[in-house]
Amino acid sequence: MNSITQDNESTQEQLDQIKTQEGVSITDHDDTHTEHHHGPEKGIKRWLYTTNHKDIGSMYLVFSLVMFLIGGSMAMVIRAELFQPGLQLVDPHFFNQMTTVHGLIMVFGAVMPAFVGLANWMVPLMIGAPDMALPRMNNWSFWILPFAFAILLGSLFMEGGGPAFGWTFYAPLSTTYSNDNTALFVFAIHIMGMSSIMGAINVIVTIVNMRAPGMTWMKLPLFVWTWLITAFLLIAVMPVLAGTVTMVLTDKYFGTSFFNAMGGGDPVMFQHIFWFFGHPEVYIMILPAFGIVSSIIPAFSRKKLFGYASMVYATASIAFLSFIVWAHHMFTTGMPLAGELFFMYTTMLISVPTGVKVFNWVATMWRGSLSFEVPMLFAIAFVVLFTIGGFSGLMLAITPADFQYHDTYFVVAHFHYVLVTGAIFSIMAGVYYWLPKWTGNMFDIALAKWHFWLSLVSVNVLFFPMHFVGLAGMPRRIPDYALQFADFNAIISIGGFAFGLSQLLFVVVVYKCIKGGDKVPAKVWDAAEGLEWEVDSPAPYHTFETPPKIKN
Amino acid sequence: MKEQYEKYYVPAQSPWPFVGAVGLFFIAVGAGLTVMQMGKEASSGQYVLLVGIIVILYMLFGWFKNVIDESMAGLYSKQLDVSFRQGMAWFILSEVMFFFAFFGALFYARMLSVPWLGGADNNVMTNEVLWNGFEAAWPLLTTPSGETTQAMGWQGLPLINTLILLTSSITVHFAHVSIEKNKRTQLKVFMMLTVLLGIGFLFLQVEEYIHAYNELGLTLESGIYGNTFFMLTGFHGMHVTLGTIMLFVVMLRVFKGHFSPKNHFMFLAAAWYWHFVDVVWLGLFMFVYVI
Repeated sequence: MNSITQDNESTQEQLDQIKTQEGVSITDHDDTHTEHHHGPEKGIKRWLYTTNHKDIGSMYLVFSLVMFLIGGSMAMVIRAELFQPGLQLVDPHFFNQMTTVHGLIMVFGAVMPAFVGLANWMVPLMIGAPDMALPRMNNWSFWILPFAFAILLGSLFMEGGGPAFGWTFYAPLSTTYSNDNTALFVFAIHIMGMSSIMGAINVIVTIVNMRAPGMTWMKLPLFVWTWLITAFLLIAVMPVLAGTVTMVLTDKYFGTSFFNAMGGGDPVMFQHIFWFFGHPEVYIMILPAFGIVSSIIPAFSRKKLFGYASMVYATASIAFLSFIVWAHHMFTTGMPLAGELFFMYTTMLISVPTGVKVFNWVATMWRGSLSFEVPMLFAIAFVVLFTIGGFSGLMLAITPADFQYHDTYFVVAHFHYVLVTGAIFSIMAGVYYWLPKWTGNMFDIALAKWHFWLSLVSVNVLFFPMHFVGLAGMPRRIPDYALQFADFNAIISIGGFAFGLSQLLFVVVVYKCIKGGDKVPAKVWDAAEGLEWEVDSPAPYHTFETPPKIKN
Repeated sequence: MKEQYEKYYVPAQSPWPFVGAVGLFFIAVGAGLTVMQMGKEASSGQYVLLVGIIVILYMLFGWFKNVIDESMAGLYSKQLDVSFRQGMAWFILSEVMFFFAFFGALFYARMLSVPWLGGADNNVMTNEVLWNGFEAAWPLLTTPSGETTQAMGWQGLPLINTLILLTSSITVHFAHVSIEKNKRTQLKVFMMLTVLLGIGFLFLQVEEYIHAYNELGLTLESGIYGNTFFMLTGFHGMHVTLGTIMLFVVMLRVFKGHFSPKNHFMFLAAAWYWHFVDVVWLGLFMFVYVI
């Protein structure tokens, strides 16, 4: 399957050869499939029962936007409490629930579904497939998500409250010291994991089995490549998360002692198993972002992507390395020295393929005829700000330095730079890039630019000072802090409120764009490349029912 | 020259995924409440769980009926068959990784946490101050808190079960050969044998658990040895159960005259799953029982 010829000639013979290798049989009958060219069903059933990758993609994206706003409002609660030192607004136990559920929602409810939604919409369009490979499973993997989050959010309103042990649910916080509702958290995570695994299986099978003839591996758009590798990571690590929560469940309710020294277990073992999932998970949330940015920057630089092949290999290397760096989250647990050194060096090694990527993006822009449409603005902001997050990550990788930074706001600053100005900005960029293709309308450019500039300024006011308070020793996940951090925290909170409010503009832009706007042609952006720009805008309900011809 | 491909079958609207989502929701809430209500008076969770299981069973029957009807009607192309096969292969990989987590816990406990509690490496004071008198050993028969148990030997039931599973892997392979050569009688015999061996394995495992609980005092709560023993063999047993059900359904379809030498994805999926379960057992037998 993987050995498709790299020959680009699209003569009959070679096409036949490719098709045979792909297992596609060829029939000679005429196209008599007009009965299938129907539009969507009417009413709510269209959404509940759909098997259409575009419908499912849209549902994923809307769901993720709703979760982004809910998780964001929890962040607002956190920043309001931290606006001044001292216990101000909320009970500390409620504060802990907010930090926990904010993290869980943003990771599993906002960022991951947004990427799955983009994959659903774009992967079949980019590879010339009629739909996802397994359309019914696709719908199942979406619809179990809202239910999982209903359980998670519902537990907040139950007696004893929701999970309050941090999104990393370290034992013994989640076992010995957690409230009784932890079982609901465990089963909610199980469902989220199932959803991710099914989504990932669908993406992989679609990419491997459904590419149009002639769409050879090294012609795949980078978004498809990054998603292929991401899906592999998902299948490899989500089951490990399921195992972890299962052990938490049995430790808490069934008397096992995986994470309890009294029975021969070890709380640190929890951290090993969790981060074996957790570190690849971090790359699950950033690799598709690399793919999006690698699509956008060439389009607005009017150049081909610099170093396509090296981008593919860099992505694969990052994915491989992600499996052997997990213990850099645990430098202060008293690992043997050899372990600390091993995980320090492997972690620092990741900056090499990541550096390749940043270099390639910059080199793509070098001497290009740049224009600064909204997607490009977000993409450039991504490159600069993600790199800041990368550098602080490199600082955290240095074991002795990490002893100082561990569990401080420096870590919070680091992962918000890579996740907010990294993952979220790339999602915004992707949405602005493809939204006209989805709706057939151009969005309100002036309002979108307001959204960008307000977000850009406020996000830095929000997260940059966190580096300083973190280096000065302010611990994370606490509702109160020492007086010397007061000024910076007030500034951070103001940045936080501004960033939160700015996102409402995004909601307005998207809503207006769905409702109407200037009509756009099939090729929305003049220099954009890829099969998705060959179909009409808005993209018809069914596309590529017969595979397209791939140009060289 | 215009060319034409076989159409990829994209099903129209289907209610089953949504029904399945509702079923999973009830199962998760029901299981959560059941666990939370253990040892308490309330018992609402069990009913929610039951509703969830009924909905999921209804979904499975409906969904599989749909798929089987479509397959028998010849709507599926070779390419779709490849999608199914690849999907199943990746699903099995995800299952492998689930077991990997528990094997990881087993190795961590055996090689690191138990020796450390016993004072290995630079943990002399841990042993001296916190767990004085604790001696590291595997199987861990006396936990640091002083609970004792007995180890499950590998001779007897586990060895017989190993032979049973290995034999069943061979019979399912012969069933595969028969299906490809279209020897229906042979196929039926080998399918029945495989299902019987699966049931036999499960029966003996129940016997083994009874033996462990009643005579050895080896329970889920007897420290990390009992934890890893029951979690690994227990999850494996659940997978054997699922595999047996899959093979049983395939067998029923064989008796109804389904499957052809070219078109037998469901058989293949069940057989692959069975081989996977077999391989996991070999790992279990080595690392949980023998070594």
